[in-house]
Amino acid sequence: MSKVFLDWPAFPTAAERATKDEQLRANVRRATHTIRAKRGALAAERPDWQDLRDSAAAVKDEVLRHLDTYLEQLETKVREAGGVVHWAQDAEEANRIVTGLVQETGETEIVKVKSMLTEEIGLDAALEQAGISARETDLAAAIVQLGDDLPSHVVVPALHRNRTEIRDIFRREMGRHGRPAPDDLGDDPEELAEAARLHMRDKFLRAKVAVSGANFMIAETGTLVIVESEGNGRMCLTLPETLISVVGIEKVLPTWRDLEIFLQLLARNATGERMAPYTSSWTGTTDGDGPRTFHLVLVDNGRTRALADPVGRQALRCIRCGACMNICPVYERTGGHAYGSVYPGPIGAILNPLLKGPDDTQTASLPYASTLCGACNEVCPVCIRFTDVLLKLRSDVAEGDAEVKHPAEKAALKAVAGVMRHNPLWNAAVKSAGRAGAVLPTDMNLPGPLHGWTDSRTIPEIPAQSFRTWWKRTEGGTR
Amino acid sequence: MRTALFVTCLNDTLFPRTGQAAVELLRRLGVEVEFPAAQSCCGQMHYNTGYRAETAKLARHFVEVFGDYDRIIVPSASCGGMPAEAYAIAAESVGDDGLLRDVRRIAPRVHELTSFLTDTLGVEEVGAYFPHRVTYHPTCHSLRASALGDRPYRLLRAVRGIDFVELPAQEECCGFGGTFSVKNGAVSGAMNGDKARHVRETGAHVLAAVDNSCLMNIGGRLAKDGHPVRTMHLVEILARTEKDGPLDGVPVTEGERVR
Repeated sequence: MSKVFLDWPAFPTAAERATKDEQLRANVRRATHTIRAKRGALAAERPDWQDLRDSAAAVKDEVLRHLDTYLEQLETKVREAGGVVHWAQDAEEANRIVTGLVQETGETEIVKVKSMLTEEIGLDAALEQAGISARETDLAAAIVQLGDDLPSHVVVPALHRNRTEIRDIFRREMGRHGRPAPDDLGDDPEELAEAARLHMRDKFLRAKVAVSGANFMIAETGTLVIVESEGNGRMCLTLPETLISVVGIEKVLPTWRDLEIFLQLLARNATGERMAPYTSSWTGTTDGDGPRTFHLVLVDNGRTRALADPVGRQALRCIRCGACMNICPVYERTGGHAYGSVYPGPIGAILNPLLKGPDDTQTASLPYASTLCGACNEVCPVCIRFTDVLLKLRSDVAEGDAEVKHPAEKAALKAVAGVMRHNPLWNAAVKSAGRAGAVLPTDMNLPGPLHGWTDSRTIPEIPAQSFRTWWKRTEGGTR
Repeated sequence: MRTALFVTCLNDTLFPRTGQAAVELLRRLGVEVEFPAAQSCCGQMHYNTGYRAETAKLARHFVEVFGDYDRIIVPSASCGGMPAEAYAIAAESVGDDGLLRDVRRIAPRVHELTSFLTDTLGVEEVGAYFPHRVTYHPTCHSLRASALGDRPYRLLRAVRGIDFVELPAQEECCGFGGTFSVKNGAVSGAMNGDKARHVRETGAHVLAAVDNSCLMNIGGRLAKDGHPVRTMHLVEILARTEKDGPLDGVPVTEGERVR
């Protein structure tokens, strides 16, 4: 059974578990630091980097302001080019449409191009329930699928695995799903890639149906674009008879001129490459070339909810480059699974609450899964101000519409604020802190939720004399 | 021109020496500050946890306390950033147009201490003497929100007798994050552990920064692990002169030992 993130613990619990997994920590640290360094070097190479980012943000904002117009234009153009367009309001509707389309073909084994949206809606599990086996063909996505695992990164879904773990998964699982890995398979990257190539080649040559997502959709011509590294995506897009592309409605761009900006940004920011090895584009169907039937399923699944949030809507600019998670000091210590979603890291911390509403404890814990250090703001290719959105979502949880509330925390902070605005009370509070300091040992363990501090830190010594006492006693240090 | 010191509630209660050093240093540079005693907290903890209505009340209090001053100096980048970065949003969230107008008027008069020294007073050499090995952690707020850039380094490098060493991976967050350190204690502790390790790698005896909150975090870890690195707000280093001599109990740099 394909795994999905279901009934996941809130971030602090899942994250605490992850921080104790030394192997995971080492894998994530090595991978994020490698991509981080490559990205940094390639972004620095472009003197117009900031202009590109600003332009990309501006194009996405234009799209979001007139989303209905561009989507209708896209729909018209895709139909004119021979494609069939479907609209899905949520995950369930999207899965039902795709399952029905595959069933119409009579096929029970199909291939997939790596797609975050199909992960988001849990398509593999839905197809499996209908007796359809959907095999992932992106190397990292296949590692996750073969290992009965969950993705932990939007670009590198198996980032939490090292190559020895991958070799073990290949040896154990490949034979159960097709061509087995050689018995003497080593953990050399080339050997692993060759085993995957042979395993998948069988599937490409047999598959009659492929499911994909898309990185971009161009409204003016009805063209879809996929950017990838391995070429397996292109196999899926060209060999099968039927292609079903399932895409989020925010992925539309007005024109090919706009695409130019994003193709310059995406690979550099995602994988630290000047250009992605494979950029595939297709427009409807073409006789004698590629799939004869093309379906486009446009999915909302919370995107209009996010669009309604004036601060949060900028999250819909996201092009899934993963740079925010590669730079994030929190993600580096927890890996992606702690976020309980196919969208982890800073983008996950804002996008999940925006799409779903922060109405359950897991989703409501995500905006707090950040120190607000702001490193993600600096690397985002579409200038998402993560910290602004995190703060907005925290206020939704603390005092807004969100159904999850923290009454004890609210009462405590309200009481503190009350004392702080009342001078005699505040003076007394500062003084009594000094008196408490005389009796409190700095290595004590604090009770209740405050143990989070003393687990790894001493508490500071509280000086007997506060600043205000000193100021009064010495008249500002003049006596 | 009237200049006020907003010492911040954390410094007032836990790090009074930072406030004292700020008063001394500014006096030496010809700036007399006042300390309006009704001041309390900027509301950062409330704001960062999502409580905007309480933040708005503390913003109103800030305006009442400091409204008559021409310059308000803050020895903290994160607290000092609140009036410009958060108060308008807090005022808007409670629909208080009067407060919005007031906080917009007061925000440009609030100065983080380091940039007040370099930009307003135009000084780098402040007559400081500190014969110790020092490293500096650029706190996230000072690095990214306030964008202090090389200002703190220029000030530190101009200190006589100092042996300044760069902190490896310095731009990485220490893991404090206000209530994050409690809500997500495990991750916070993991980040802090790496930061403390980098501090030890420098061999520095003193760690400086412009936010005592982050120093309290890193210092708490160093102390728990039994490493005797002193944490000091940058201004405490800048305030010390030859008259004060070296710090008690902290190794003195080689060149200075001979003198």
